[in-house]
Amino acid sequence: MTTTEAPSNAPPEVARPPAPPRRRRRRLGPGRPVPYGWAIGPLLLLAIWSVGSAAGWIDERNLSAPWEVVATARELTEDGRLQENLWTSAQRALAGLGFGVAAGLVLAVVAGLSRLGEGVIDGPVQIKRSIPSLALIPLLILWFGIGETMKIVTITLGVLVPIYVHTHNGLRTIDSRYVELAETVRLNHLQFLRHVVLPGALPGFLLGMRFAVTNAWLALVVVEQVNATSGIGYMMELARTYGQTDVIIVGLVVYGLLGLVSDGLVRLVQRRALSWRRTLAD
Amino acid sequence: MATHAGGLSTGTAAVHITGLVRAFGERRVLDSLDLTIGPGEFVALIGRSGSGKSTLLRVLAGIDHGVTGFERLDAPENVSVVFQDARLLPWKRLLENVTLGLTGPGAHERGATALAEVGLAGRERAWPVELSGGEQQRVALARSLVREPELLLADEPFGALDALTRIRMHALLRQLCERHRPAVLLVTHDVDEAIALADRVVVLDAGRIAADQTISLPAPRAPGSPEYAALRADLLTRLGVDTDVAAPEVKEVEEA
Repeated sequence: MTTTEAPSNAPPEVARPPAPPRRRRRRLGPGRPVPYGWAIGPLLLLAIWSVGSAAGWIDERNLSAPWEVVATARELTEDGRLQENLWTSAQRALAGLGFGVAAGLVLAVVAGLSRLGEGVIDGPVQIKRSIPSLALIPLLILWFGIGETMKIVTITLGVLVPIYVHTHNGLRTIDSRYVELAETVRLNHLQFLRHVVLPGALPGFLLGMRFAVTNAWLALVVVEQVNATSGIGYMMELARTYGQTDVIIVGLVVYGLLGLVSDGLVRLVQRRALSWRRTLAD
Repeated sequence: MATHAGGLSTGTAAVHITGLVRAFGERRVLDSLDLTIGPGEFVALIGRSGSGKSTLLRVLAGIDHGVTGFERLDAPENVSVVFQDARLLPWKRLLENVTLGLTGPGAHERGATALAEVGLAGRERAWPVELSGGEQQRVALARSLVREPELLLADEPFGALDALTRIRMHALLRQLCERHRPAVLLVTHDVDEAIALADRVVVLDAGRIAADQTISLPAPRAPGSPEYAALRADLLTRLGVDTDVAAPEVKEVEEA
């Protein structure tokens, strides 16, 4: 780098350029993982909230302080109301998630493997995709009443769409060279599905799963606040009537934690199931 | 390889094609082609870019679903293909890649044996992404041979490998073919590769067989010998390469 300079007989103390030239290339990937990096953002939010409440910048009628929320959560846990409502909510979400994932997966495989299937299925799913679940609720109430069936159907519809869209996309982008290979080793339809199609679509499916899990909780909030006599959403709706922001916050935190934990679970599965990949994140 | 027994006369041929036509629109890529390959015979197919080599291979592999016409098209049911890319399923470990589609007891043992045959014993549980290009192509060879094919089709299988790896792969392929004795159709654009490996070199031009040359050089086919040089010059001429210009160190007949 410096060979163009004349041989220097200047004293060694002469000022050197501020930054010595480095031969290392700029790293373009995101770099090494930060320990507990996922916790930085949530902890920062919590810190702002605590400081704001302690300093009195946040009006208690708008937002209770974190420690009051913790106290309320303890009370709710001690008298069993929180667990009871949480269990009801979880049952609804899991049932909807189960039905939605199964339906989305089957529809995606049928649409991905046959042109006729795609023609029949893809259009209606795309139409559903552009209609918010909330807008469908009046119709679903008329069809299924205000009971559990309506709630689970709403969650199922919210889950089905991302599972379908991402699995179908993953399936359609499987390299055609693998299809050729499957033909030359004479796989039958079932073996082709098991060894090539499903593993090939797995990255797409798991991405869809992350959206689906979030959607399940979101749809739960909607159905529980519209017409329910139990569940976290009902608990929050009741608290609104009495102006108990601390109970509302407990509900929000529970929803948030559920979302975070379930997303974490899916990502864990993702990391283990896709260990064969070498990606930017590695 | 030098022990080619003339499979054509001894029993039924592995491949028997007459009048094969494959057209893409108006263009006839294969134009009433005739080709016979005996059982256990190693045939190298050379030709210029676009001469229809890969098209012929895909027809024989049964993955061309739009064959235009033929008078006779006999190929064994049990055909294996080695592609230019190793084409391993990235989500399956090596052993599962080798045994893909095999069922019944002993499939795993056979797969492990095949991996050992290509020098990858003990790597059964590795992922394809952990292997070098040459190793991946060896797994592809194991996947083909574990099926004990009557016909092995190879579409420029060493085209993507470096020169050193390619020489080692030649030795391995020759050794494996002597053990399993499938009929082989090797598509290549490398005349030296064709002479080094094959019992017979077939030149494809304009959708037909333009030359069919049995190679009777003794087993270690040294590029230095006058017979080798004469054969090489002859094949290059048939491929339309001016041999005065093509000095021995120029290996490629065409761009890959």
